[in-house]
Amino acid sequence: MKSNSKERRKFLDKGLKIGLATLIGSFGLSKLSSKLIAKTTTSSNDKMELMTTDGKLIQVDSSEVMTVEKHHDHDSAYNVREGMPNRKFVMVVDLAKCKNALNCQNACNKYHYVTGDNAWLKVYDMQESKDTAHYWMPMMCQHCDKPACVTVCPVDATFKRRDGLVLIDNERCIGCRFCMAACPYSTRVFNWGDPGQEVTLNMDLIGHSPSPEHAGKPSVVGTVDKCDFCPHQVQQGELPHCVTACPNGVFYFGDKYEDTVTNGEETLRLSQLLEDKAGYRFLEGLGTEPSVYYLPPTDRLVDFEDGLQYYKEFESVEKPE
Amino acid sequence: MNAYKALVKDLVPKKFRKKDKLWMIFLIVIIVAGLVAYIDQVRQGQKVTNMNDYALWGIYISNFVFFIATSFVGSVAVAILRLTNNHWRTPLVRIAEIITVAAIVMAGITIMIDMARPDRLLNLFVHARLQSPITWDVVIIPTYIVISLLLLYFPLLPDFAILKKYFKKKKPKMSKLYGKLSLNWTGSAAQKAIQTKSIKIIALMILPVGLLLQTIDAWLFSTTYRIGWDSTNFAPYFISGAMVAGIGGLICVIFVVRRYKRLHKYITDFHFDKMGKLLALACMIYLYFNINEYVIPLFTSKKDEATHLDMLITGEYSVLFWVVTIIGLILPIIVMFFKKGRKPVPLFYIGLIVVIGSWWKRFVIVTPTLLHPFLPIQGVPESWRHYFPSFHEWIITISTLAMALLLITIMIRYLPVIPIQRTAEELGISKEEPIEKTEL
Repeated sequence: MKSNSKERRKFLDKGLKIGLATLIGSFGLSKLSSKLIAKTTTSSNDKMELMTTDGKLIQVDSSEVMTVEKHHDHDSAYNVREGMPNRKFVMVVDLAKCKNALNCQNACNKYHYVTGDNAWLKVYDMQESKDTAHYWMPMMCQHCDKPACVTVCPVDATFKRRDGLVLIDNERCIGCRFCMAACPYSTRVFNWGDPGQEVTLNMDLIGHSPSPEHAGKPSVVGTVDKCDFCPHQVQQGELPHCVTACPNGVFYFGDKYEDTVTNGEETLRLSQLLEDKAGYRFLEGLGTEPSVYYLPPTDRLVDFEDGLQYYKEFESVEKPE
Repeated sequence: MNAYKALVKDLVPKKFRKKDKLWMIFLIVIIVAGLVAYIDQVRQGQKVTNMNDYALWGIYISNFVFFIATSFVGSVAVAILRLTNNHWRTPLVRIAEIITVAAIVMAGITIMIDMARPDRLLNLFVHARLQSPITWDVVIIPTYIVISLLLLYFPLLPDFAILKKYFKKKKPKMSKLYGKLSLNWTGSAAQKAIQTKSIKIIALMILPVGLLLQTIDAWLFSTTYRIGWDSTNFAPYFISGAMVAGIGGLICVIFVVRRYKRLHKYITDFHFDKMGKLLALACMIYLYFNINEYVIPLFTSKKDEATHLDMLITGEYSVLFWVVTIIGLILPIIVMFFKKGRKPVPLFYIGLIVVIGSWWKRFVIVTPTLLHPFLPIQGVPESWRHYFPSFHEWIITISTLAMALLLITIMIRYLPVIPIQRTAEELGISKEEPIEKTEL
């Protein structure tokens, strides 16, 4: 009995192995034979004249010619997760011009219906060390090229697009907050409770379905939000809200591939600007490769103290009374 | 033969007494309160907690880490002691396995409590991304649950057969159930060979899987840029900490079980002495990694690192940090150096201190780091600069601890806490043939 069952097991084991080997072998053979057959197809001697992309005329056997179905929507089809083709959005923030007017923050809060206690865009009172000067530093999502938040997301809810944007799918986010722990720039905010947007601002929200393109419209309880570089504006050829709201032209937005950035008033060469003003990226040493560049706060137009009148240490989102 | 009967009578599970029933009711009341609080959290969102955009993880996570750590006791007691052939483990392994099962199941539940959208749990499978440490957790925790259940179950087979026989007349229903669970165990040589081999395989598996579980738990933190988490020391630091929490928990449960089931004959001072030595060793290894984690960075003292260490050593969390380190770790080591310190009663208190210390230690690991990010904390309510759990968080967390104790209590009620068959064999009074020593 015992030896019998052992025999059976051995047989099954061997059978399985042989079967697997045969399967792999036959697959390889069929691949090989298809290649051989292709080589031996006889040409029809019927030649066609075609023009190559660089303008040369060539003759090709007509049996080799196939019509290619043209995908009409190849370039125009827009995939929210892929982004706008052949673009790479960047921002430049000129710290020399910032006087903490906070128009950027107010516009961002307004147009993104931010209702929590933490704004997506904050202007920090910065000081590198005791003996160096204070300066104002607007901080928003840095849209890193190596985003730490995207790496740790377990469900691909936050993702990186080809056009440089890092966005959040609020319909997929499970609310684990790992991305917030991973982000070194503390720019992610969480909807701890019901966002309550329809109560405070019910104008455009009715019937608006959430999309990563329109992050925060409306926000979803138990999910993460953050600065989205306003793709809904960019698509319409407009600048992000913070850029247009700033009275001092602090923010420049543009396309790295086109090498241009604009603050609405002047349009500059990105590479030239960064070289002239010694642009840098925040926490470069971490290797996150941000898409936001800062210009150092030298030759400032206004005193740091002028901005203090708007500075609120414990508030970044104004609450309706 | 009589000796065998007496042994079986000593070790079979016994009915709950009044005190035990009161204990169960106490636990269930806490659990119900926790459930109510959790339902409220699901309804209102996590605004019922005191977590915020800075302290974005709280005691749900540190409690999860504590459960993961405690579940390591199965790997230690079973695998290490088994593979090194330490025979004194016999009366202790079953309880270690029970604690492991309860702790790892609770770890799986507590991590879900932290999820703000438990309704989207399936996304973890549907949209799983392999590079996220959370996905590694999704793989390793169920694996560990299965392995620890098997490790509890396989050695129970002969005992289930004994229980079937024992309860045949007294409780036919229970007897039938035990009989089914025993998978027709007769104690034949063939069955024993399969069982021995299976246990050996599982014991070999639980060691790497257990180590991986602790490691992945550490990687949840060390894969971020946060100062205080971004440490290559973290995985061994967590593994050694898990040994401390696990063995501490084991000592506490064994002391209580021995007292209430009057098992002084089987679990003696000798066993406590051995466990004391093991715990002392674990604590010393943990202390070593603590030195690596907190003392060595003082020397290079990069600015961010210095901020973190200041917060722990002299700042906001210094009291907790020093209590956890001195009373929860150094003091137990000193006491356990003395033979008197390893007697059952003092060792029980040490175990209790170590377990409570281990719980708070996780709090000290999770919270302070979150409160000093790279950028200053500005533009948010002042309360966001500190974190202390809310009422909801406490109730829910305490009820998860109660749930773990309930699981342990139920298993202790229905399973023989000391392996009957094995003990009989070791005493040489077994009814069955002794296991043939087959070289595997």
